[in-house]
Amino acid sequence: MPKEVAIIGVGYAGFRALTPEVSYKEFMYEAAVKAYEDAGVDPRRDIESFVTVAEDFTEGTSIFDEYVPDQLGAVLKPVHTISGEGLHGFIAAYLQILTGAMDIVAVEAHSKASNILTPDEIMAFAMDPVYNRPLRANPHFIAGLEMNRYLCETGATREQCALVVAKNKHNALYNPLAAYGASIAVEDVLESEMVSYPLSRLDMSPRADGAIVMVLAARERAEELSDIPIWIRGVGWCNDSFSLENRDWTNAIYAARAAEMAYRMAGIRTPWQELDFAEIDDTFSYKELQHMEALRLCRPGEAGLLVEDGATEIGGEFPVNPSGGSLGMGHLLDASGLARLLEVVLQLRGEAGQHQLPDVETGLAFGWRGLPTTSGAAVILSN
Amino acid sequence: MGLRKVAVVGAGMTKFVRRAQETGKELAYEAAKMALDSCELTLDDVDGVALGTAPDAFDGVHMKGEYLSDGAGAWRKPFMRSYVGGGTGVFAPIQGWYHVASGLFDVCLVVCEEKMSSCQPHPQGAFLTIFDHTTERPLGPNLLWIFALEMNRYMQTYGLQKKDIALVSVKNKRNAADHPCALLGDPNITVEDVLNSEVLAWPVQRLDVSPVTDGAVALVLAAENVAKRITDKPVWIKGVGWSLDTAYWTNRDLYYPKYVEYAARMAYEMAGIREPRKEIHIVEPYDPFDYKELHHLEGLLLADKGEAPRLTAEGVTARTGNMPVCPSGGLLGVGNPIAAAGLMKVAEIFWQLRGEAGKRQVPGKPITGLAQAWGDLMQVGTVIILGIGG
Amino acid sequence: MTAKIKEFPGVGLRESDFTERKVLFTEWKPDARYAWDAGIAIGRYLAALKEGRIIGVRCHHCRRTVVPPRIFCEWCFRPMDEWVYLEDHGVVNTFSICYVRWDMERLEEPLIPAVIEIAGASKGMGILHLLGEVDPQEVKIGMKVKAVWKPAAERIGAITDIRYFKPIK
Repeated sequence: MPKEVAIIGVGYAGFRALTPEVSYKEFMYEAAVKAYEDAGVDPRRDIESFVTVAEDFTEGTSIFDEYVPDQLGAVLKPVHTISGEGLHGFIAAYLQILTGAMDIVAVEAHSKASNILTPDEIMAFAMDPVYNRPLRANPHFIAGLEMNRYLCETGATREQCALVVAKNKHNALYNPLAAYGASIAVEDVLESEMVSYPLSRLDMSPRADGAIVMVLAARERAEELSDIPIWIRGVGWCNDSFSLENRDWTNAIYAARAAEMAYRMAGIRTPWQELDFAEIDDTFSYKELQHMEALRLCRPGEAGLLVEDGATEIGGEFPVNPSGGSLGMGHLLDASGLARLLEVVLQLRGEAGQHQLPDVETGLAFGWRGLPTTSGAAVILSN
Repeated sequence: MGLRKVAVVGAGMTKFVRRAQETGKELAYEAAKMALDSCELTLDDVDGVALGTAPDAFDGVHMKGEYLSDGAGAWRKPFMRSYVGGGTGVFAPIQGWYHVASGLFDVCLVVCEEKMSSCQPHPQGAFLTIFDHTTERPLGPNLLWIFALEMNRYMQTYGLQKKDIALVSVKNKRNAADHPCALLGDPNITVEDVLNSEVLAWPVQRLDVSPVTDGAVALVLAAENVAKRITDKPVWIKGVGWSLDTAYWTNRDLYYPKYVEYAARMAYEMAGIREPRKEIHIVEPYDPFDYKELHHLEGLLLADKGEAPRLTAEGVTARTGNMPVCPSGGLLGVGNPIAAAGLMKVAEIFWQLRGEAGKRQVPGKPITGLAQAWGDLMQVGTVIILGIGG
Repeated sequence: MTAKIKEFPGVGLRESDFTERKVLFTEWKPDARYAWDAGIAIGRYLAALKEGRIIGVRCHHCRRTVVPPRIFCEWCFRPMDEWVYLEDHGVVNTFSICYVRWDMERLEEPLIPAVIEIAGASKGMGILHLLGEVDPQEVKIGMKVKAVWKPAAERIGAITDIRYFKPIK
């Protein structure tokens, strides 16, 4: 039985399409100040280690690790960068506390997507240079291929995917943090510009700027510092084959394995019953369905039917992405998973305002690193 | 201290070459496979993978951790990539350590890879973008500047001369002649050779610098009970430490690496070491430039401030000396594929403590060794202390 | 173990293997372009540079005046208290004489990068810039230097609005 660790503070800035008034440092500072205030800690004195999440080409700076300590209060302290999903960074912080060497650790992730002028070219730069890049296709073709295969094998439809978009953007209207809340209809999605068949423009979550900081603490400190610590029940993460030629185009195996690890740690056997809600990566509309199935919330092919029935609405039996997900809040690049986790924390604390779910005790957050990766991580929390 | 004990049980590395035929994935695979073979484990025995690799701009792949993941053995396994610039090579095993010490994993594979040669026309180009995009890049800086600025400040503070520093380059390149993977081993190099080499950015000369290199190294870490089944000579991780200083490097006095001291103190405390000079038997500090070995020895509290050059001149840091430093040949001799170079140092301590370093073996029976790496904008110190027995 | 292994993996290639096409390779030039938000602190710094001035900030808690400016004091982890205009001269903290470009080609004229502690800021607070109008062999740590600005019409709000720093008596 691993040590008990809780989230005792969260802070955030954004999320908006543009944030021209602040540099990334000032953005991170804002989220950090709020998180430390929420946790009741002084980073210079109390926080023993810091984990940030960043990729050089997302920031436009090599060795971005250099530029993080000052705005997090981490100067001359243990700091390291995880080049991965925000949830990987969160898990790295959790692992450090589990070792017993540290009691309080902070994690940060952010997106300044608005500062990237050539996002698709940079995404293409992540593809295998010998086998895939020379095809010179916009990398979204990978999502198109996967969506097509997924729909074909599971019987899910473009309409069901469009319902996910409508649901999430509608949820976002009730979330003051969200950048892209809207009332749209299924037809709007089906008729939107085709990007890479069958993936249309509205099937894709638009990018946003945002910064999130969380503070984790081991049980004794957590109980001292927080009135409502949110406990980590399980974590899991997994990479599948990076190669396009070798991957499974229907099933998100990385998600299935990550979830399996997290469920095992949390002692969960029937997720649909034992979890109250979930925040699941919806970078693309079909991903929410594919991930729901991989996370064993339902059987393959059933996710689309559940969305149709309204089961995953805020008022439904098992709300999925009550925050609005990336489709409604905006995609925060590698910080997206941490945005999913943020919502789980707020819901479990009863701080979700207008879109608060009633009587929730346990929630799951799942993040995916996006194209062209098969990398994901899951975290289960309870109050 | 109540922490779960973690040991290094296997290691492997590729040759360090100027330009490898192998892709980055293949380099990672070769090192990982060798590490697993060295302790007779297979990928099925591995619970998770921790990869360390430095700037993506070298290999020419964004999110290169993902691209390298399958080469590093992370197919359908938990995988994470840590990245602290040049400090990565020693940070990756620290990450591996917290994977196993957390209790969630029993065996973790740690891999470090660098394929700098992919970056054309010169890998140094990747370093142009480490400087602040608004306040520094418009000045057209290159990597040599910051080393030269730091070296000059260090020399000036203690009144050192180039010849005091060149001794390190000579020692390490000669040591490297006994390393089977070395790129720049030279049993005959002299101080004159270093002093006569081309001035690149005064006071830095060509032979003060380690070259651009390709290579990969891997270690296998295991929890105590598992380690003891795998090998009768587990090398225990006694202490780890890391620290990152402010990004505002022009606001710091570069003569002393405070962040290395903080990282070292953290590791010494965890290892229960009170007199480092006496209790550390072998040291592998990061030596991308010769003066850095001296700078770091002082930061590691293994030499008094300004005294490291004297220890070198007196032969204390020679392989047969009282405190061997860089018996592997270091980055100056073996090569500098950034993250892999740091892990090479950890592997060296592993081999030395087990008596498996062949011609490089230091005399006596060393029990405790320390490896340290450094990186970012003269900013990060990462330290790991290994020990055999007990 | 290194003692036992005879052959380590890794095949080193030479330049000629590439120029003579003895090995196969692919090439790619990434189009990676960014427009970074300057933000509050650096935005003001650049605006001041356009006016021919160097501005810093001060933390009342640790009493440091620092440059380049930032909105938070990284030592005290609190917001900075006031903007402070600094002088445009200072002292060389460290320098180098660089004879090569980033791709290792020799430069015609060496560049002299330096960290210059700006007068008006706390001791040790420097910025990176270049030295000019000076014989490289004459440069010393501790030398007093002053900024040489571009004419007002050419200044755009960038660190290069200062051409270089030159020695003063």
